[in-house]
Amino acid sequence: MMSSVAHIPGEGLAKGLAVTLRHMLDKSVTQQYPEVQPDLPPRSRGVIALVEENCTVCMLCARECPDWCIYIDSHKETLPAPEGGRPRARNVLDRFAIDFSLCMYCGICIEVCPFDALFWAPDFEYAEHDILDLLHEKERLGSWVESVPPPPPHEVGAEPPKEVAGGGRPARESRTAPARAAQSPGASQPVEQPSAEEAASPRERPRARTAPRDVRGIRPPGALPAKPAPDESVPDEPEAAKPAPAPPSDRASGEERPRRRLSPRDVRNIRPPGALPAKPPASEPEPPGGSGPPDPGASKSQEPPEDSTT
Amino acid sequence: MAEVLDLAIRLILIVAAFLVLPLVIGQTEHKVMAHMQSRLGPMYAGGFHGWAQLIADGVKFMQKEDVIPAAADRRIFAIAPAVALVPYLVVLAVIPVGPGLVGADLNVGLFFVLAVMGVGVLGSIMAGWSSGNKFSLLGGMRSAAQLVSYELPLVLATSSVAMAAGTLSLPGIVEAWEWWWLPWQAIGLAVFFIAGLAELRRPPFDMPIAESEIIMGPMTEYTGIRFALFMLAEYAGIVVLSALTTVLFLGGWHGPVLPGPVWTLIKVFALAFIVIWVRVSYPRLREDQLQKLAWVGLVPLALLQLAITGVVRVFTA
Repeated sequence: MMSSVAHIPGEGLAKGLAVTLRHMLDKSVTQQYPEVQPDLPPRSRGVIALVEENCTVCMLCARECPDWCIYIDSHKETLPAPEGGRPRARNVLDRFAIDFSLCMYCGICIEVCPFDALFWAPDFEYAEHDILDLLHEKERLGSWVESVPPPPPHEVGAEPPKEVAGGGRPARESRTAPARAAQSPGASQPVEQPSAEEAASPRERPRARTAPRDVRGIRPPGALPAKPAPDESVPDEPEAAKPAPAPPSDRASGEERPRRRLSPRDVRNIRPPGALPAKPPASEPEPPGGSGPPDPGASKSQEPPEDSTT
Repeated sequence: MAEVLDLAIRLILIVAAFLVLPLVIGQTEHKVMAHMQSRLGPMYAGGFHGWAQLIADGVKFMQKEDVIPAAADRRIFAIAPAVALVPYLVVLAVIPVGPGLVGADLNVGLFFVLAVMGVGVLGSIMAGWSSGNKFSLLGGMRSAAQLVSYELPLVLATSSVAMAAGTLSLPGIVEAWEWWWLPWQAIGLAVFFIAGLAELRRPPFDMPIAESEIIMGPMTEYTGIRFALFMLAEYAGIVVLSALTTVLFLGGWHGPVLPGPVWTLIKVFALAFIVIWVRVSYPRLREDQLQKLAWVGLVPLALLQLAITGVVRVFTA
């Protein structure tokens, strides 16, 4: 009757019935959302999380924001000069707010942030009855950090990122390193005191970036060092964690540093191309002298930024 | 006294079936259609997989304002849903469920059923005319055209069964039924079922309703409880069509192991499932295709069935 194109009369009709019957017997694709949380992909753009410790008030995000929905206030603070050095001024973040009623979720702020202070978090249930409540201050922005997922691994056979390939080692070496992204022990405040006695020659620094499993562990170049105390996070590093491909001087220090190779899973510790290196002089207006720079990067026993207690 | 009690019990059972079965089939349609579309369907009302969704819908419809358009023919507009619904209740009274289990055993039951079912379509035409709305009028006209076209194959197919059984009584037809009637009356079964679907204006024969082009056709202007009655009539129509097909072509209560009424219900629900299945699977026929299917497809097939029935009847008698 209807299916004149089908070879057997009614073949098309039967096929139509078969399709619907097969779908009825298959599992439904509906997600019962309020009861069952959706399984969002890792790069979901839900809300913007702020790692306050990493922010250096460079204002790049606020300037690049197409909607101008980021509000930043700061003041300068002068650190006393240790051991007769020059006092140093640093910016202290007073207010960091994103108005999500204006935000269009373009993610430009996250991309431009040179210090890894902004991240996408997949949370999306922050609707409000009052539009004014969509202005998230830095405390609320900071609260999203714990749900920032680890970045997805690179595709098999993909070209390793430049930062990794530059290390001269196969990037896949430490793939066995378990993803510890979820393990972010209550990120404590970084120790802000400059450890002057630990100031040593910058050559002691590892060249390779370590893999901060915790976004809070990433410190901007100008940040102050951690005390060596948080070494307790070291032992649970996996065996696959090789020492960083540090210059030979690194070994000369005699200290077995459990720095890990950047694993492909830890994309977060890859610095953007324009970012400043971990080397402190790069971010300093004046390269520190051999003695007494409060800059932490020079400290010999400085724990790598992967330490989550920094 | 016993007779009155017997009659009262039968009537109560018929009304109960009339109120429950359409809801069950409506809920089945909700869920089956949803799963055929990889959805879940209603999941909240009543708690367990939304079993009370249609009850909730009914409560909602009752709370709605009953709007009658200013241009409407008020009296006709008001009684049209009843005209659409009541015939199915009446038909249900003469359909046998088991041996002796029938509301009223008419010796012209088949004739009665066909006549009354034709009245049901009248409700749709009345609604279309009285609404004072061009879409409703179009829908009503299409209903009328469909009724005229599909009543003929319907009657021809049923007359084939009546010829085979030698009676017009529905219980008599079921009693005369043998298993080999299935291949014998297969064409008649298909014609009757398809023509019945068209009579009910079920997809894919829902050109008069066609919510995407003429906005539910005759029901455009209906709200609240009157609209709910139209929907109830649609599902009651599915029950009646499935039951009639069961009784006429599938042997009613005949079946192994299980008791007769259970077999009747099983067959009715299987046919109702097919009604839903066809609805989900096929797109709506265009108006000319609809007419062509009836006149070029079903009427010759029904005549062929009538001829086969006559030939077999002559040689076996």
